[in-house]
Amino acid sequence: MPTSLIQPEFRVEIDYNKCHKCGRCVQQCGWGVYSFNERPYPDDSKCRACHRCVTYCPAHCITIKKNDLALRDNANWSPELRKNVWRQAESGGVMLTGMGNDKPYLKIFDHLVLDACQVTNPSIDPLREPMELRTYLGRKPDSVEVEANGEGGYRLKPGSGVENNVKLDTPLIFAPMSYGSVSLNVHKSLAMAAERLGILMNTGEGGLHADLYPYGNNVIVQVASGRFGVSPEYLNRGAAIEIKIGQGAKPGIGGHLPGEKINKEVSTTRMIPQGTDAISPAPHHDIYSIEDLRQLIYSLKEASGYKPVGVKIAAVHNVGAIASGVVRAGADYVYLDGFTGGTGAAPAIIRDHVGIPIEIAIAVVDQRLREEGIRNQASIIAAGSIRSSADMAKAIALGADVVAIGSATLMALGCHLCQGCHTGCCSWGLTTQKPELTRRLDPEWGAERLTNLVHAWSHELQEILGALGVNAVESLRGSRERLRAVGLDKQTCDILGVKPAGL
Amino acid sequence: MTVTKPTGGPVEGYACVEPATVREGDTVTMDVKGVYYRQVNAAVRAAFADGATKVVLNNVNGQRYIGTGVRGKNLSIEVHGTPGQDMAMLMDGPTIEVFGNAQDGVGNTMNAGKVVIHGDAGDVLGYGMRGGKLFIKGDVGYRVGIHMKAFEELRPIVVCGGKARDFFGEYMAGGLLVLLGMSKDAERPLVGGYLGTGMHGGTIYVRGEVESWQCGNEVGVTAATETDLAELSPVLAEYCADLGMDLKEVLSKPFTKLAPLSHRPYGKLYTNL
Ligand code: SF4
Ligand code: SF4
Repeated sequence: MPTSLIQPEFRVEIDYNKCHKCGRCVQQCGWGVYSFNERPYPDDSKCRACHRCVTYCPAHCITIKKNDLALRDNANWSPELRKNVWRQAESGGVMLTGMGNDKPYLKIFDHLVLDACQVTNPSIDPLREPMELRTYLGRKPDSVEVEANGEGGYRLKPGSGVENNVKLDTPLIFAPMSYGSVSLNVHKSLAMAAERLGILMNTGEGGLHADLYPYGNNVIVQVASGRFGVSPEYLNRGAAIEIKIGQGAKPGIGGHLPGEKINKEVSTTRMIPQGTDAISPAPHHDIYSIEDLRQLIYSLKEASGYKPVGVKIAAVHNVGAIASGVVRAGADYVYLDGFTGGTGAAPAIIRDHVGIPIEIAIAVVDQRLREEGIRNQASIIAAGSIRSSADMAKAIALGADVVAIGSATLMALGCHLCQGCHTGCCSWGLTTQKPELTRRLDPEWGAERLTNLVHAWSHELQEILGALGVNAVESLRGSRERLRAVGLDKQTCDILGVKPAGL
Repeated sequence: MTVTKPTGGPVEGYACVEPATVREGDTVTMDVKGVYYRQVNAAVRAAFADGATKVVLNNVNGQRYIGTGVRGKNLSIEVHGTPGQDMAMLMDGPTIEVFGNAQDGVGNTMNAGKVVIHGDAGDVLGYGMRGGKLFIKGDVGYRVGIHMKAFEELRPIVVCGGKARDFFGEYMAGGLLVLLGMSKDAERPLVGGYLGTGMHGGTIYVRGEVESWQCGNEVGVTAATETDLAELSPVLAEYCADLGMDLKEVLSKPFTKLAPLSHRPYGKLYTNL
């Protein structure tokens, strides 16, 4: 009797003529693919195509191929659906997965194009002209009062209500990923890069490790239902506080860090005993209404000396009304997370089928807050698979103030999107707590790569602004007239507030 | 009394004014009648920052967040009246004594310190509480002790003198949760359903019996033994001393003990993809 009906996803091929028999592939693989007996022997069934061995093989003799084992074509039953039935028939469990939704849904960003200047409205050369990317996160007053600055110009009057805003040198921050789901070296890389870039990283719901205390001014501290690591000290360390209600990859689903990932350091940072499951249920048991949310927002403000408090919600149906409630509850920003957002672990069925695209959510929330006259009361952060500076520009044109990136940061650190984060075996040392793996990431190296990435995207954003003929990212925000749709139906265009190309 | 905003507050009947305060030695007494919560809490923090160790709040009527986020041992707050929601949230050290009833959210995510309530209290008491003590003389509402935790030397203790509603100790991850059921309301059941559902740490003691339908699948229910009572007695002695109750009477009935069957209640729910 076969033990499993599932055949390997990949084939690991080694050209033994070239192989040095050095054994490095055995060491590098976090998934235990290789055994060694005078030469390396791969066990295909364990390979996740993370390419760690391929990258570090000195002889470049490893090739990973898709296992093209033919399954009879069936347009109704994709090979993946068939395999899932076999998997669940074997295990009886809820299938967990890591990283973002990989299903071929329509990606709206890819059906939006940006406008550009032509003959009579000249573009701006970003290489010579100043381009303002600075953005302020937080509630803006209903009206501004200015006074003379004594040098012939003006400045905001003290007490104008923007003192609590957080300054961002570019409209991009690092998305919440908890210490526990990612390694401490990932957190260090993010914190160091955030400081150098003048932006923010976010603790996720895992507390703030003491090594990150010096970076407090560049950290958003998160409060979720499990309240892991949340203490007055923690709240006071951060530049802003975020209440996590929902996550794009798993709306309506809580977090669950399995006990085997709760080692000494993680347990200290989360302030829970070692080895117990860190269960963070979907609902905050003190929030069952907008009034309750308001109560939590203000208790966190009371406890932290009135720091900005944001609320993270997943993009779901009717998100405009939800965001309006969140803003009216006193949130300084609304973090919208779309359904292609990443995750350390989620039931695959939820990740792939629950939620709505971030593009739609940004447009309806921005629209709704404008209609209600409260758009100034909160910033909008958009996240959920922002893959390039073009996505960033389009998100801002749809109405976001700032975007957040998570998966892209991990890719900058080596991630190959093998979707095995939930196993804790990440060969790149990112989503694991195994010391032999986590030490693969040098925070200094990581910070440099993250800094490079954000610098590159910021330059590209400046190029885009120049092409559009504007010199500040503020001028792009919510400027949907500068977007056109290609291949979107009329209703989607109407919801996005974007005309089809040609009009 | 310094008036900061004489035209009133954001809520009808409450004004944004600093409360009238009198300082005698280390004690500051404030009349907070009609004063908006932000000014009350700012005044409490200012009094402590100014070296006072005790604050007495008179005419409290619904002001929220009393003691929230306040840090420091040997500080105390006396509340006369009915405090508002989320009292002692994220509190780290001080003692609060309430001569009256309290509302929802007392001790939410509290780190250390002690809250003593001489009356009844509402829902979601001690949610995510990590340390310190919460002693309530009367009845409590729903979702009490949900997700209580423990960490190193921090171990939260919640003792409820009266009866409780549903979800008592749900998802409890650590600490000690006690229900005495000594309520004036004889009709009400001792506790509702979903007792200890998803519990994966800590201990619950109930004075009296619970039925199996009331308990979550994740808890083991046994009669408390001599050893258990030996662990419980000092806590109850302190409780009785604080609230003027008779320890003998409290211990006169057998206790039921609820403990998690596993630290990993959902360990087998998932499979890798
Ligand atoms: S790392 Fe490359 S060269 Fe070294 S044993 Fe493995 S396959 Fe051979
Ligand atoms: S973080 Fe690691 S485990 Fe997760 S997808 Fe990337 S490479 Fe794979």
